[in-house]
Amino acid sequence: MEKLKYALYTGCTARESTPELLKSTLAIADKLGIELVLLDEASCCGASHLQDFDDMLSLTLNARNLCYAEKLGLTMVTICNTCQLNTALTKDRLDSDPELKAKVNEKLAEVGLEYKGTSEVKHFLYALQDDYGYDKIAQAVTNPIADINVASFYGCHNIRPSHLQNKSNGGENAYKPVSLDNLVVALGGNAVEYESKNKCCGFHVELQNPQTANRLSGTAMLDAIDNNADMMVTPCPLCHLRMDVQQHGISKEVGRPVDIAVLHLPQMVGIALGIDPKELGLHHNINQKGLNLK
Amino acid sequence: MSVETKKLKFKVFRFNKDTDYLPYYDTIEMEVTKDELVLDVMNRIKWEHDGSFSYRRSCRHGICGSCAIKVNQKPTLACKDNVFELVEIFGEELVLEPQDIKRAYKDMVIDKSNFWEKYDKVQPYLIADIEEFPTEENIVSKEDAEKIDEADYCIACGSCFYACPAVEVNNEYIGPMALTKAWRFNADVRDNAVDDRLNTLQQLGSGIWDCVKCNECAEACPKELDPIGKITKLHLQTFEKEKSLNNVAVRHAVGFKWSIKKHGILDEGELVRYSEGNFGVMKHIPEAIPMLMHGKLVFPWNMPKSKNLDEIKKLVDIASTVKY
Repeated sequence: MEKLKYALYTGCTARESTPELLKSTLAIADKLGIELVLLDEASCCGASHLQDFDDMLSLTLNARNLCYAEKLGLTMVTICNTCQLNTALTKDRLDSDPELKAKVNEKLAEVGLEYKGTSEVKHFLYALQDDYGYDKIAQAVTNPIADINVASFYGCHNIRPSHLQNKSNGGENAYKPVSLDNLVVALGGNAVEYESKNKCCGFHVELQNPQTANRLSGTAMLDAIDNNADMMVTPCPLCHLRMDVQQHGISKEVGRPVDIAVLHLPQMVGIALGIDPKELGLHHNINQKGLNLK
Repeated sequence: MSVETKKLKFKVFRFNKDTDYLPYYDTIEMEVTKDELVLDVMNRIKWEHDGSFSYRRSCRHGICGSCAIKVNQKPTLACKDNVFELVEIFGEELVLEPQDIKRAYKDMVIDKSNFWEKYDKVQPYLIADIEEFPTEENIVSKEDAEKIDEADYCIACGSCFYACPAVEVNNEYIGPMALTKAWRFNADVRDNAVDDRLNTLQQLGSGIWDCVKCNECAEACPKELDPIGKITKLHLQTFEKEKSLNNVAVRHAVGFKWSIKKHGILDEGELVRYSEGNFGVMKHIPEAIPMLMHGKLVFPWNMPKSKNLDEIKKLVDIASTVKY
């Protein structure tokens, strides 16, 4: 197989509040022989909030990010569900509306860029599933996560709306997603069956309505815990920020202790591939229960 | 050759508010043919197994919205969804439940008063000065009609409302259906109550700022009306009509532009300060301390910037369409 090569859109959190996400992504790509070219020129995607304020500006900025992947002639991979949603939405709207595309290109022309629509965008999870293949990952496992019950938390913006996401997520069903669970199994772990795996963590109302956010995260996390999860895993750093960093507030809101380690997808893969915990940034995780770092 | 019939197991939610303390599930096995819809199955349960089984139904054509239920948690308009297609997703055991089991009256029939009360709050009708004896038609151009973006096709089935997690945990939030209706009239060029509706929808707790952006409504809508897309349009209209309040949610949305212009990527810490204010930001200290100890905070002097930042600054200037 030809070596896989992608343009990596890191998003903002991987460079700030979840440095472990970028570290572990680069570490497992290196170990698996996947080449990632960092899109250092990229800006924030607007995180679904700029989109509420100025539609044209958010389209232009996301189109600009895609231009840099196009320049490299590579598929863009994202490591944040919300970056994935906003980039894919922009691409979908521009590719299906020549008039809108021309308007955006008018702006981009002023900085010497042109959005063509030649690069695809997919989340790293689906690059691993559909391009690299879980069989090959399973063969590379040296440290199977055996006897560990892992609850997969998919995050909304990789699976919904499915008519958009199905273009890049291998046809994952929004009501019965399987990609993360299958990855857990490929790494030797036990995939926890629980109802909340495709639910919302509430991240996007965390500032204006922390009660809603805490109730949503808490319901999902207690569901995982009550189904005997030893740890959780997510492909989205925003879900991670909610569920790892906010456990104190969540516990207070739901009236039960919520105490469980939440891994980023590449951290879990990295553990099974035998990569040094430091390289995976496990020391950055707030809840390290069961990670045996000491 | 494709399979024509399948023997399936249905677990059916049963509850009678007048006689039962707790709900229970009946298990019914049935031979189902490839063309049967969920409504056909519910009819057969009533006609062939238990005449007391209750559910709402009327038009059988996806218009009246009466027969919406959930199958394995998936919002389902029973007269539209094919049983074999559901088997493809969930396997040969299907769980039939009402839209919200906590609101069940009898089997699939629920108390939808919360749904209709919230619908009422957005003045879901045209408010216009129309002469009693008009001498000519009120013609709406094709372009103007398109702005409604098919929101007038909503059949009020409640699929989006009872799929919305924000509605589930926040009693005040009026939910995706009422907001879709609000857009239907706010996009109507004949309507005179646009500002009124926008004012109502600015309140934190109940209005547009409490949508969690999960896209469950877009997934659930049997008419594919993309309710969250309408919520976004109401947000954009808020700024266009200068109706936004100065609150944490509004500053959070606006702050993205401010931060992107400064660094290209988002300055997360500064965005929280910008949104909450110098005093409000203090309440985040309890989570900021462990973040600091685990190397998860970036200080202003270490803030990374996107490459070619001048390009981003220029685009923010020339592509911005909204003033705040």
